[in-house]
Amino acid sequence: MSNVSITLYNNDESRGLIAAILKDNPASTTMRMPGVVKIDCPNKLTILRETVENELGRPWDVQQLHMSLVSLSGMVDEDDDYFTIAWNH
Amino acid sequence: MHIDIKAASLQQKRQAYKHLAKRFGEDRPASRYEEGTLDLAPEANFHYRPLWDADHELYDKTRSKITMKDWYALRDPRQFYYANYNITRAGQIESVEHNFDMVEKRGMLTAIPAEWVERITFYLLPLRHYEWGANMNNCQITALGHGTALTAPTCFAMGDRLGIAQLIGRIGLALASNNETALNAAKDAWVNHPDWQGVRKMVEDSLVLEDPMELFLAQNLALDGIVYPLVYGAFSRESDRRGGAAISFLCSFMNEWYEETGKWVDAVIKVAAAENDENKALLKSWFAIWEARAVAAFKPLSVAVLGAEAGAQAIADVEATLKARAAKLGIA
Amino acid sequence: MSVTAPKKLSLKERYRILTRGLDWTPTYQEPAKIFPHAEFEGIKIRDWDGFVDPFRLTMDSYWKYQAEKERKLYAVLDSFQQNNGQTAITDGRYVNVLKIFLTAITPGEYQAHRGFAMLGRQVPNVGLRIAAQMQSLDELRHAQTQIHSCSHYNKYFDGLHSFSYQHDRVWYLSVVKSFFDDARTSGPFEFLIAIGFSFEYVLTNLLFVPFMSGAAYNGDLSTVTFGFSAQSDESRHMTLGLEAIKFILEQHEDNAAIVQKWIDKWFWRGYRILAILAMMMDYMLPKRIMPWKDAWDIYFNEAGGALFGDLARYGIKMPNTAEVANKEAFRLSTETMLTFYQMGHASGFHSWLPSEDELKWLAEAYGPEWERLYLPRFKYFRELEAKGEHYYNPSLPQLCQVCQIPMFFTEPDDPTKICFRDTVYNGDRYHFCSDGCQHIFEGEPEKYVQAWLPVHQVMQGNCGGATIDEIRKYWRVEDGEDNYDYVGSPDETMWKSWQADRLKVGS
Repeated sequence: MSNVSITLYNNDESRGLIAAILKDNPASTTMRMPGVVKIDCPNKLTILRETVENELGRPWDVQQLHMSLVSLSGMVDEDDDYFTIAWNH
Repeated sequence: MHIDIKAASLQQKRQAYKHLAKRFGEDRPASRYEEGTLDLAPEANFHYRPLWDADHELYDKTRSKITMKDWYALRDPRQFYYANYNITRAGQIESVEHNFDMVEKRGMLTAIPAEWVERITFYLLPLRHYEWGANMNNCQITALGHGTALTAPTCFAMGDRLGIAQLIGRIGLALASNNETALNAAKDAWVNHPDWQGVRKMVEDSLVLEDPMELFLAQNLALDGIVYPLVYGAFSRESDRRGGAAISFLCSFMNEWYEETGKWVDAVIKVAAAENDENKALLKSWFAIWEARAVAAFKPLSVAVLGAEAGAQAIADVEATLKARAAKLGIA
Repeated sequence: MSVTAPKKLSLKERYRILTRGLDWTPTYQEPAKIFPHAEFEGIKIRDWDGFVDPFRLTMDSYWKYQAEKERKLYAVLDSFQQNNGQTAITDGRYVNVLKIFLTAITPGEYQAHRGFAMLGRQVPNVGLRIAAQMQSLDELRHAQTQIHSCSHYNKYFDGLHSFSYQHDRVWYLSVVKSFFDDARTSGPFEFLIAIGFSFEYVLTNLLFVPFMSGAAYNGDLSTVTFGFSAQSDESRHMTLGLEAIKFILEQHEDNAAIVQKWIDKWFWRGYRILAILAMMMDYMLPKRIMPWKDAWDIYFNEAGGALFGDLARYGIKMPNTAEVANKEAFRLSTETMLTFYQMGHASGFHSWLPSEDELKWLAEAYGPEWERLYLPRFKYFRELEAKGEHYYNPSLPQLCQVCQIPMFFTEPDDPTKICFRDTVYNGDRYHFCSDGCQHIFEGEPEKYVQAWLPVHQVMQGNCGGATIDEIRKYWRVEDGEDNYDYVGSPDETMWKSWQADRLKVGS
């Protein structure tokens, strides 16, 4: 089992996103660096549109992730309602 | 912390990058277009010959028969660099979104008579494959053309042509209630219908052109110079008369884009032709070949959409306009 | 046919229709003439449609998101210039990392832009072509935003003024240029594995994340903004690299051996370039973010380990030289720094010796062996400086035929002994810095014998002359301004005058 990882800007726009990720992926750990936050999670990490919208209090398109994303590690799958990063081993 | 350093010690040592100051003949501030374009491509001391083209260096002027003392003379009058290019297109696409919303909310497509929906499917939707050819051609020039002044705008044109192909695709989806049926029918016409085969053959032939400047002229001046005025001018006016004004409305970006992009295409051809007589003769002969092919290829479509007489007249008008344009560029 | 209420399309379906539908099978021209590069590398593709789109941006969304990023970025750049943000960095030394970045990396971004355009035209699959085309646009973005970000620094600091010209000529920049020339002169699949996978997926995180975080830490608002903004495109690029390698490996079992050879080659090629980044992180950031070794552990051993764990099912293994890279991790930055320190007269940026505090930080990060090996050297150089005898090495170094770096790396298991390798090809002897570079040469000797090696070129009289003055002119390195130690440089004088004015205002 390996960690997948996502790195996001550490700014106001990403705050709701980060909160949603931590809520939906309780096994995740965070590392804060100047300007960015790196979130690691064993095997799989899921971002759910619904949770992000609840955190932000407004509609959120999954592709808006492109505005906050700095880096990732893992295989990506995206659709209207989710964005996942996973390893298959 | 606010830093207040007295002006004297903040004296600038230079105004611009030195390769720019050298070009300007003075050390003056450069625009972002100049900074992001001029002398950007590698020019010397290449390490290895390409495995895919051992006869040339990786960056090699001799890929084109056109010669330029300075390939950076081929400037883009729009002065696009990545940021202002994207910001311009994003603004335009916002209007496009607005138009799609309005057309959908007011049911404007449902009001188009069924037989004209079929005509639109026949004449407009296959053009997304034409645009995809134009995308590939501008991509090819970006990969192998010489000098960033030429290849950065062709890269933007590559993006534009994908955008236009997808815009036509969205119209196809909207016409078929988000089913693929209309787009599939259009692809079938592109591949099989006799009226489209001249166009498809011309596009496929352009995909194997080796000289980047011939490709530039063929695609962006000769072919587009027939297609855009014919389809988004003459055919759109016909569409308006037949109850399909919503389609012209959804295609307004194409007219706007063609007018803007034409200024860049003209600037490139004009400067290349004015450089020397050999260039002028080459561009002239290429234009004669590709312009004649474009006219011949689109004539059956013009006739199919507008009728025998009006169709012949429309293509003749479009050709006359293009030839007048070429005359102004010095290559008629 | 008439128009009725629309059905709901999912993101995936809509993307598929708007992109995959664009292609057709040509009949008037042979597909092999339209896509002439598709087969010569020996990669076997059974079904091009098996490629999975890495991300699903249509061009309208691309314009929208990229325009938003650019609006934000240029607002920061404008404000940085108007407020003279260059005066707010931690120290004038810091700007030297920007000099390396602009002369070494920015032209590399440009090469990637042109290379992805080639890929975006040549691969016979519409989804892969679109992903490559968007990356081509992105890479042009990165080159231009970096030039624009550094433009204001160039108005005050030396060493940034001739970046593209120098990239074609200066000895250490030839390392990066040969890397991208190598990738771009390869076929489309190798380019994809070289840049899309090995560089973007395995190595660029090291370049951007800790380094840009370092820029943030050192008050360089302009660089940190372009850095992270560029990195937001890299996520798409990484996904393309990963989907591409999976696709190639799934298409035919014979592909694995070719891909493994490319991974081994391009890991080592890329890793060798990172030596200069290691130096920047450990020696050139006035405030350090993390030691090179920690960044290497996080982004290569951890993230790369997970990645290769995933690729194991295709029979793909870790690059064969990863172990050597791990052995070098504690000394890579120091060996590189000590070389540039001695080549200050022939460089377009300044070097300097670390302070006592910095040496303490390095010793803590790298442990007793590092102290034993390197502290005495720093002490020795400091003593020479105190006597006014800064050491500059007057000789022309021998360069590795493949990576083009001077021979200063040491034996994997003996950091006191320089690592030399050589091989004879067609009657000539060629020299290498490592087993990794030697193996790369032996895989394609006919390619690497063509290398434009700066030292050979100087000796052959192709670089303006035989004296260092003539060669510096050829490089457009301004003697007494761009080169030598930071201490005593015009940059230092200017920085100190800014600090003096600041103190006056503060008092």
